[in-house]
Amino acid sequence: MHSNRYTFIYAIILSVITAVVLAFAAEGLKPAQAANIALDKKTSILRSVRYDGAERAAIEKLYGASVRELVVNAQGEELSGIDAFAVVLKDELAKPVQERQLPLYIYTGEDGKKRYVIPMQGVGLWGPIWGYISLEEDFNTVYGAFFDHKSETPGLGAEISERPFQMQFQGKKIMDAEHNFISVHVVKKTAKIDVGPEHRVDGISGGTITSTGTDKMLRACVEPYLGYFGKVKS
Amino acid sequence: MSVETTTSPEVKKEPLFSKKNRKVLTDPLDDINPVTVQILGVCSALAVTTQIKPAIIMALGVTVVTAFSNLIIALIRDSIPGRIRMIVQLVIVALLVTIVDQLLKAYMFDVSKKLSVFVGLIITNCIVMGRLEAYAMSQKPWPSFLDGIGNGLGYGMILVVVAIIRELFGSGSLLGYKVVPQWLYDAGYSNNGLMMLPPAALFIIGIFIWIQRSRNRKLINAS
Repeated sequence: MHSNRYTFIYAIILSVITAVVLAFAAEGLKPAQAANIALDKKTSILRSVRYDGAERAAIEKLYGASVRELVVNAQGEELSGIDAFAVVLKDELAKPVQERQLPLYIYTGEDGKKRYVIPMQGVGLWGPIWGYISLEEDFNTVYGAFFDHKSETPGLGAEISERPFQMQFQGKKIMDAEHNFISVHVVKKTAKIDVGPEHRVDGISGGTITSTGTDKMLRACVEPYLGYFGKVKS
Repeated sequence: MSVETTTSPEVKKEPLFSKKNRKVLTDPLDDINPVTVQILGVCSALAVTTQIKPAIIMALGVTVVTAFSNLIIALIRDSIPGRIRMIVQLVIVALLVTIVDQLLKAYMFDVSKKLSVFVGLIITNCIVMGRLEAYAMSQKPWPSFLDGIGNGLGYGMILVVVAIIRELFGSGSLLGYKVVPQWLYDAGYSNNGLMMLPPAALFIIGIFIWIQRSRNRKLINAS
């Protein structure tokens, strides 16, 4: 049996060694990780406008050339001096709608048409979910959508990050004929809700909580932008 | 002639893959399979087997972590104070898992995104701690390393087979590729929703245990 003294010293030395190793690993790898995270965000934004390339250089180039970043507020004013890419969506969502900084990405396609990409953040079953939805110039028709998640169950909730689920959003409408905001509902096919087929997509069997989370996220994150869209239209 | 004197020098230069070491490596595949015989790591076997890809990645992760934590613990086994040995084991396992996680994030971002929580879950996988306690604490580094690999593979084998069954019948695909043809769906076939839920893995593993026990003589209870 080892003495108390030995046990204490052993525990302290072990902790120090582990802490040093981890600190070096974390600091040394940080630049590479940060670059990956930034690239991932750019890729996600481009995925929402139906770009499916995976090459690093091509993504950086396309993003640099055809995406304009800006920050607006719920009143529809453009805010200057804020880096849209660096806005932390989670913190913004905690604020009242009127005070939020809303990042918006405007992608100009090869056809010269603009797509307005709205970033989204919400909660799934096990952790955060997020995504980007792009709207056509009429601010009504969905051009494309991209979703991702931290820890949803593979085969169930995690299906939101798969192409078949995301494809459903293309061509859906977020407004009704009277210009009221309806959003796109993520519900099961047989759900009896009072909205037309252009406002609903099929949820995921076995992934109900993730589907509901996606549904809520869409509604909460798209609506604040309507002020800005209204101003651009008029 | 004394047998003792001839065997002891032999033990020192025992070949890397001696019969004994090979047995350490292959036993966990069948006779002492961590999932079906030791009934360890069942929790994660339920969680990550809805699709084949995460199952394979999880199997690799567990194999690497079990092997290296076994190796490290076996190297320092004599210096570990008995009263805090579990904590020491846990710290080593957590250290390894965190480093693997950080490396993946820096150099294999896509894989790290796919794995997400599973990497962290390796820390709590009972196979890792189970092998440290049962084997590495009392054995030399090399056999411990092999024991880690063997147990990782034994676990991975079950995981992948369960995942194949679940993905095939639950989603009609293998590794993400559709294998159940459309005409079969048109004819009225539909995917089995139960296969996507955790209980399905429990049933499948249960059936495995049943088959294994009825075939493997060593596992048949003499009484």
